[in-house]
Amino acid sequence: MLNNEYGKDDTFFFIYQQDICKDKQCFGMNFSEVFKQSNQLCKISPDGKYLATCVQYRLVVRDVNTLQILQLFTCLDQVAHMEWSSDSLFILCAMYKRGLVQVWSLEQPEWHCKIDEGSIGLVSSRWSPDGRHILNTTEFHLRVTVWSLCNKSVSYIKYPKACQKGMDFSADGRYMALVERRDCKDFISIFVCDDWHLLRHFETETQDLSGVEWSPNGCVLAAWDSCLEYKMLLYSLDGRLLSTYSAYEWSLGIKSVAWSPSSQFLAIGSYDEKVRILNHITWKKLIEFEHPATITSSKAVVYKEVEKKPVIGTEDLSVHQIAMGSSLFNTKSNYEITSLPVQVPVVKPDTDRANPKIGISAIAFSADNRYLATKNDNMPQSLWVWDMQRLGLQAVLEQTAPVRCFVWDPCRPRLALCTGNNKIYMWSPAGCISVKVQVEGSFQVQSIMWHGSGDSLVLLGKDQLCLCYLATDEEK
Amino acid sequence: MTKTVFLPSKIIPELFVPQLFLFFFCVCVSQALPLEHTKNYIKVSLIISPTEDMSTIYCYSTMPPSRQYSHSTMPLLPVSPYSGPSDFCTENNISECMLYISQELSSLGLPSIFYDLNGIRELDVTSALNGMYDLLQLQRRTMGMVEELEVEQLKVSSDLHCQQLSSSKLKDQLELSKKENIRLRERERQLEINVKSLQSCLKNEKEEVQKLQNIIASRATQYNHDMKRKEREFNKLKERLNQLLADRKDKKQGMDVLNYVGRSDGRRSQWKTVKTDARHESEMYKTLLNEFDKHQKELMLENAELRKVLQQMKREMVGILSPKKHSQKEEKCTEFTDQVSFFDENIHIRKSVFNEESSEMSCEHAREKLTNSIRQQWRKLKHHVENLDNKASMVQLGREVGEEMISKDVHQDEMERLKVEIQQCKDFIQTQQQLLQQQLNTPCDEETAAVLNDCYMLEEKERLKEEWKTFEEQRKNFEMERRSFTEAAIRLGHERKMFEEDRATWLKHQFLNMTFTEHMAIKTQNALSDCK
Repeated sequence: MLNNEYGKDDTFFFIYQQDICKDKQCFGMNFSEVFKQSNQLCKISPDGKYLATCVQYRLVVRDVNTLQILQLFTCLDQVAHMEWSSDSLFILCAMYKRGLVQVWSLEQPEWHCKIDEGSIGLVSSRWSPDGRHILNTTEFHLRVTVWSLCNKSVSYIKYPKACQKGMDFSADGRYMALVERRDCKDFISIFVCDDWHLLRHFETETQDLSGVEWSPNGCVLAAWDSCLEYKMLLYSLDGRLLSTYSAYEWSLGIKSVAWSPSSQFLAIGSYDEKVRILNHITWKKLIEFEHPATITSSKAVVYKEVEKKPVIGTEDLSVHQIAMGSSLFNTKSNYEITSLPVQVPVVKPDTDRANPKIGISAIAFSADNRYLATKNDNMPQSLWVWDMQRLGLQAVLEQTAPVRCFVWDPCRPRLALCTGNNKIYMWSPAGCISVKVQVEGSFQVQSIMWHGSGDSLVLLGKDQLCLCYLATDEEK
Repeated sequence: MTKTVFLPSKIIPELFVPQLFLFFFCVCVSQALPLEHTKNYIKVSLIISPTEDMSTIYCYSTMPPSRQYSHSTMPLLPVSPYSGPSDFCTENNISECMLYISQELSSLGLPSIFYDLNGIRELDVTSALNGMYDLLQLQRRTMGMVEELEVEQLKVSSDLHCQQLSSSKLKDQLELSKKENIRLRERERQLEINVKSLQSCLKNEKEEVQKLQNIIASRATQYNHDMKRKEREFNKLKERLNQLLADRKDKKQGMDVLNYVGRSDGRRSQWKTVKTDARHESEMYKTLLNEFDKHQKELMLENAELRKVLQQMKREMVGILSPKKHSQKEEKCTEFTDQVSFFDENIHIRKSVFNEESSEMSCEHAREKLTNSIRQQWRKLKHHVENLDNKASMVQLGREVGEEMISKDVHQDEMERLKVEIQQCKDFIQTQQQLLQQQLNTPCDEETAAVLNDCYMLEEKERLKEEWKTFEEQRKNFEMERRSFTEAAIRLGHERKMFEEDRATWLKHQFLNMTFTEHMAIKTQNALSDCK
């Protein structure tokens, strides 16, 4: 066990091969020092060089590798939302209570910009894809104001709809789809982001349009109804209705939607605990993925997290344990492969309340299109991984606590997840590992973010953050 | 029917015999009556003759009908020869008795027992004895008949008894089955009722489901309506708020920026004109078209791949289904047109067409034909595999039943052996074909051709020569044999001539030494022998 210490400011603990379950895939994980953050506001710049964090009303910009503080900005109030511009030159800080948006420049730290919405209020603020316009949504969704950083022009967009996902930009940043509602009818407007020219405006056949999402190739727009009605509409870029899909009537409908990176598949997760995959040629259901309480599929591997609490007063204290300090609360955990058939723990939701905790709430495709990860809300401790080539269940991860967050590596088929304890878990086709976050004090991982290169992870706690550097074989 | 029999009251010793005889007669007579006449009862009245006592003893015997057929019935009249004195006949009424008895006998068809001599009836002992004898015979016969009848009656009664028992049994069975039938009917009825009730339940449930769905639908419309109403109100509020805020000018809305930043792409922004609008439209359509193109290319590639796979599958299926006629080199197949597979000729044409790798052929007709042919062959392969499966399962079943089936190992060994044999034969055939091919195709020059021909000819000639040789030998042998046979025949002829001459001389000799008669005798003998 190596125990290196680098530099004065930043200390690393180098941990080698912790608790690997299945395979001998060895990679080292470096954990950085813990930093403060508030509101889970921590973003890596799109070019991957900088890390911006908000601590109360301060904006701190660090270098991603050295974690040195490069810039420090002070805002007028506690920051509610922070976002990098697409060219990594500017950072937006929105303070909703005050109705203010402040923009900071990295190149010119003395540059400043303040947008005051006045009494009209502010509920949401975001960059446009070109990084030169800011879209502010006023309170009660009265309108969307488009502020330009290039010139004095201001645009207003009326009747935006307050829904789950009312605004979406296409991947190439050229078009924006906006959900509008006039006279109790839903409309979709497609704008050209270049000059905010209204390209198309059409009504949709929905009761209560809940969200829109562009396909990664930017040619198809998926629009779905609220959960009271299962309806998925697919529109072409020029506003034509390509197809309508409705799996069933009456029961609660769509809960989550995800496009595959190649635009080949559209995954729809619904309240009936199923994920339906539509194919891009016919827009008809290709396959249905069920999440049964008993898993009998013979090709699936079920990983069960098993915690081992150490016995107090053990004679054999290893160096590792002494270095860590309080071994009393060091619960080690690793994965065990359980043989089929397996019973997945189910939590029955309260049927009297609205928005019941049942159904597929999160879907994510891996970057290579090969895998799909889903989470069923009434099996909160389990994460299901599906193989899209075989169209079958690949693996099920059963954790000791409800899964809080799971994110795919942007480059490789590798999944990182956390359950709110002090460990991060990673799954890859080779196997599964559980790694304890080796930092001073306790660190409860609540959210995970991948760096664009797939080499490091940002772990967010309640008001802390820490970076995890994954060393590959070549680097060692 | 009453039969009155006179019996003497007392027995007179001197007339004992006739009295007894007469009594006996009467008994016999009464007994001799066929029983059918006495179906109801036999009434025998014994009337004492009007002699000393003038008393008449009437003895009636009324037999109950059932007792008639009982074998234990004893004839009331004693049959024993000496049971009691008969008072039928006395000294005084002998002639009347005789007359009576004669009358009775005549009624039975027997001659009378007396003959008349000057008005006095004299007992003809012979005829009387004859009559008695006849009566005895009659009696015996009737007794035999009675016995037979009794036996028959026993049989019949036992049969009846059996029948009664069986009928009672059957009645019981019938009762039981009737009860069972009733029970089953009852059960069926109950089940039917059950089914009906369940069906009505189901109908009710369905109606309820439908009702609930209708309720849901109506509530949904109601909620929608309410939602819309609230939304309109909300919109009004929003408008009002917007208006108020716009009117209020205390907090100014605006942007305060140090300096404007250039555009991210470095270019200047352009005025919004119709041209820009058109440009946007065209750009959008370009994007879409590019996407379509990409998509189509991908689909074409996929299509080509799938087509290749289908063709390969078809080839392999053909190979599996016709192993005997399948040549391993695909190219030769098209050349050997006489090797007809058991599919139609079209497939050859199609094969050759597709062997040209014409993946650009996308016409409907060709595509349909390809898919149809693949479907056909797949069906055949499926049948084949099913047959094999059936055979395998039957063999397995057979193995379980009897030991006549060969063991699996032996079977497999045999299979291997057969396969090897087949392979060898195939190789042999192939080499033969190759040789034949070579011969047909290789343009050999005249010399070699001539030499080759000569070779063949020589071989033939040699063979022919040999055959001739053998033939010649055989012919020689035959000649020799024939010669020897002719010689033998000639010799035989000579010998016969010699033998004839000898005979002639011997005869002459004999002739000269004999007498005339002898000679004649000899002559005749000779003539006879000659004739023979």
